[in-house]
Amino acid sequence: MNLNQLTIKQAQEGLKSKKFSSIELTKACLKQIKKLNPKINAFITVCEKEAIEAAENADKSLASQVFDPEGSDRRGETLEARPLLGIPIAFKDLFSTKGIKTTAGSKVLNDYIPVYDATVVGKLKDAGAVIIGKTNLDAWAHGSSGENSDFGATLNPWNNEFVPGGSSSGSPAALSADMCIASTGTDTGGSIRLPASFCNLVGLKPTYGRVSRNGVLAMVSSLDSIGHFTRTVEDSAILLNVTAKKDDFDATTPGVDVQNYTKNLNKGIKGIKIGVPKEYVTKGLDKHVQTKFEEALKDLEELGAIMEEISLPHTEYGIAAYYIIQPAEVSSNLARYDGIRFGSGRENFGGEAKRRIMLGTYTLSAGYYDAYYKKAMKVRTLIIKDFDTVFKKVDAIFAPVSPTPPWKLGEKINDPLKMYLSDIFTVTANLAGIPGISVPMGFSDGLPIGMQILGPQFSESLLFQIGSAYEQATEWHKRKPTL
Amino acid sequence: MIYKPVIGLEVHVELKTKSKMFCGCSADYFGKKPNTHTCPVCLGLPGALPVPNKKAIEWCVMIGLALNCNIPLFSKFDRKNYFYPDLPKGYQISQYDQPFCQKGFIELSKEKKIGITRVHMEEDTGKLLHQGDSTLIDFNRSGVPLVEIVTEPDFESAIEVVEYLKKLQQIVRYLGVSDADMEKGGMRLEPNISLRESNTTNTTNKQILPIYKVEVKNINSFRFVEKAIAYETERQKEILESGKTPIQETRGWDEVKNRTVSQRIKEESMDYRYFPEADIPPIRWVESQISNLKSQIPELPDAKSNRFKNELSLSIYDSDILTKDKETADYFEEAVKVGKAHDINPKQIANMLINKKINIKNVLPGHLIQSILTSTQTTAIDENELKKIVKEILEKNPKAVSDYKNGKIQVIGFLIGQVKQTFKQPLDTDQLKKAIEKFINTH
Repeated sequence: MNLNQLTIKQAQEGLKSKKFSSIELTKACLKQIKKLNPKINAFITVCEKEAIEAAENADKSLASQVFDPEGSDRRGETLEARPLLGIPIAFKDLFSTKGIKTTAGSKVLNDYIPVYDATVVGKLKDAGAVIIGKTNLDAWAHGSSGENSDFGATLNPWNNEFVPGGSSSGSPAALSADMCIASTGTDTGGSIRLPASFCNLVGLKPTYGRVSRNGVLAMVSSLDSIGHFTRTVEDSAILLNVTAKKDDFDATTPGVDVQNYTKNLNKGIKGIKIGVPKEYVTKGLDKHVQTKFEEALKDLEELGAIMEEISLPHTEYGIAAYYIIQPAEVSSNLARYDGIRFGSGRENFGGEAKRRIMLGTYTLSAGYYDAYYKKAMKVRTLIIKDFDTVFKKVDAIFAPVSPTPPWKLGEKINDPLKMYLSDIFTVTANLAGIPGISVPMGFSDGLPIGMQILGPQFSESLLFQIGSAYEQATEWHKRKPTL
Repeated sequence: MIYKPVIGLEVHVELKTKSKMFCGCSADYFGKKPNTHTCPVCLGLPGALPVPNKKAIEWCVMIGLALNCNIPLFSKFDRKNYFYPDLPKGYQISQYDQPFCQKGFIELSKEKKIGITRVHMEEDTGKLLHQGDSTLIDFNRSGVPLVEIVTEPDFESAIEVVEYLKKLQQIVRYLGVSDADMEKGGMRLEPNISLRESNTTNTTNKQILPIYKVEVKNINSFRFVEKAIAYETERQKEILESGKTPIQETRGWDEVKNRTVSQRIKEESMDYRYFPEADIPPIRWVESQISNLKSQIPELPDAKSNRFKNELSLSIYDSDILTKDKETADYFEEAVKVGKAHDINPKQIANMLINKKINIKNVLPGHLIQSILTSTQTTAIDENELKKIVKEILEKNPKAVSDYKNGKIQVIGFLIGQVKQTFKQPLDTDQLKKAIEKFINTH
């Protein structure tokens, strides 16, 4: 196995036991980027110089450590505090990185260089992560395929004729194509879970507020959730251990205790009650996806989980409510990009951003607010109630991530409504603020598909426990694309 | 036709918190080098989030409590969306339908109550500086906490408006939450003015509001608010008398030309597209928090003035002067305490403070009492010596004496002056006056 194909866990161990250095690991990733990025277009900015410098520093820190197997050496504690020391991570280009261009995938921010790091970027840097580059995305995170990027579409490493999913398109493509060891994303309506499922990766959308949004360019303030892509569920838990916490710079992060998310990974799922929403199975679900989903349910049952059919009756209104609330907030959040203080002028906004600004401005206008926004907020309350009711009966919910396997580039780009409907199974988790994890569930004609596990707010630990059990039993995640 | 003004007020008061409303930058912006009190939050940089200033919210609630408002247990922030270069986010964080404080009042003299519709919290904008052809922006003021106090259209004259404004200014200063300094923009006034026919009241004796109103902006002194109201009253009266209705609009006060000028008519009025600010969770109070804030409110000017009048036997005039600002009132009370031990009564202290225009910053209350004591002691002079001089002076001025006897009693002032000039020691005027009267009456 090449260094750039390692999991975080494997990289940690290799660096610790000095099997390889951070500079070797980083260079392996950079080499892969050089080889494949011109085709796949996963990165908008590659931070070669910064990455090599950070890797060299990481190697110095690693060299000064003496790892006593008994764990009695105090200097060894540094690595405990810096679990990502020397590990290359790619960031969705929506995360503010001090001194590194941050474009949001839009020409409006073609030359915008932030003066500060997003809280999450700071945390990952403090944990020792090496920033390898900034990944492509649908401009402003508007989209489900990555095709709305002003810097060109990203291709799916599994089949270059297909989309990798979006809006976080470059992050999963980069990881899937072995250009980094993990990558970050944002999930507002499914933008982590959907592309993770299209690229055979684990994608985590944490509880709203679990991870600070500070410094991550806002799409929808009430829905944005900051998460990541990893090769395994364990890696996902390792990253959340670093990123989750109340932040003084984000008033929407509550003081709920942060758990040790790797603790329950091997606990198994015997007796855990899992709800399967009947509404999800009937909604124009692709046959392959349905078959795979049914197989997955059997696998889980064999692992000792108890399956129960549940109902989330307001699911069908999810997309409608989402496409009122989301453009409304988008229209307000994009108002600061006026080209006066930074960035380029508003004429540089692309079609999708303009569409959402217009929609949102309209629904918030006097005389329409009650009919649209207020009503959508009422639906949102009903969706939250749906989940509350269900979580009194079951521990977690299982559902396909996307109703269809990955689609071809260009297939939906001229039909926005069709594109919007690909989020039908994911948006409700955002509206309810609950966490979800997407894990590989098999393949359809050689293209990956995934399922999501949803839980009550702040139940990430349980999601990792279930995801890990399923992953270890099925090993879908171990399959690699032919690059 | 007789017309009566119908006036409502919106007042913005800048709070003097250490830091800004939603970030850690210093809120003390006045006269500072441009753009030195800024950060990603108050510059509206991508990704930056507002974190509300707890102190500012508490102070807003305290203002509401001091204005007899209800404090709803649930409140939230909203976004007011509009474009202007001094507004970096493209929206102002304000409060729309659920402000911190609702339905209060301020009582003016003659028991007239002015209803307070609402008191809410928002953030200030940056400042545009026009230099020749270019315009620069200073964001030091961006995000400074502002409290907006909105009244019912209860005012019927500029006199009432000014009395209200002075009271409001006095209250926020007493609370110690704002300097409300008009010159520095710490207090900004926006009256809305219309006229109604003086006989338009309905059966419940409630006035019927006119169908239009004119809002006047850019007023930065109490004097200008009086002038603007007078100007508008005349302007609107002329229009009404010609059989037309003034248009609903926003006008600005032009302090050079002493007139209001049209800025924006109703048809062009903004649609601010208010919606809840998702970056800040709603505020939920429990009763004990509100009562705790209530307990932090000091004795307010009206109550203090009444107490001075009733308990310290001062005149209304003296009580009002002494309670004008909290520092003077506190000083006076301290002096009363010290004076008590020396048999100096509050009235004497009040006279001293008001008539002698004592600078309380330079004279300690103890010293003030000392000087009152000295001045009373100086009156305990040799009675015979005084008599001798009075006699001397009166004999020198027979004309004045006869004038006095003929009823021209004000001439005594002249005589007092003459005696004072001759007598080298300070004299108590009352005592001297009595001595002169006695001499004239017995001779």
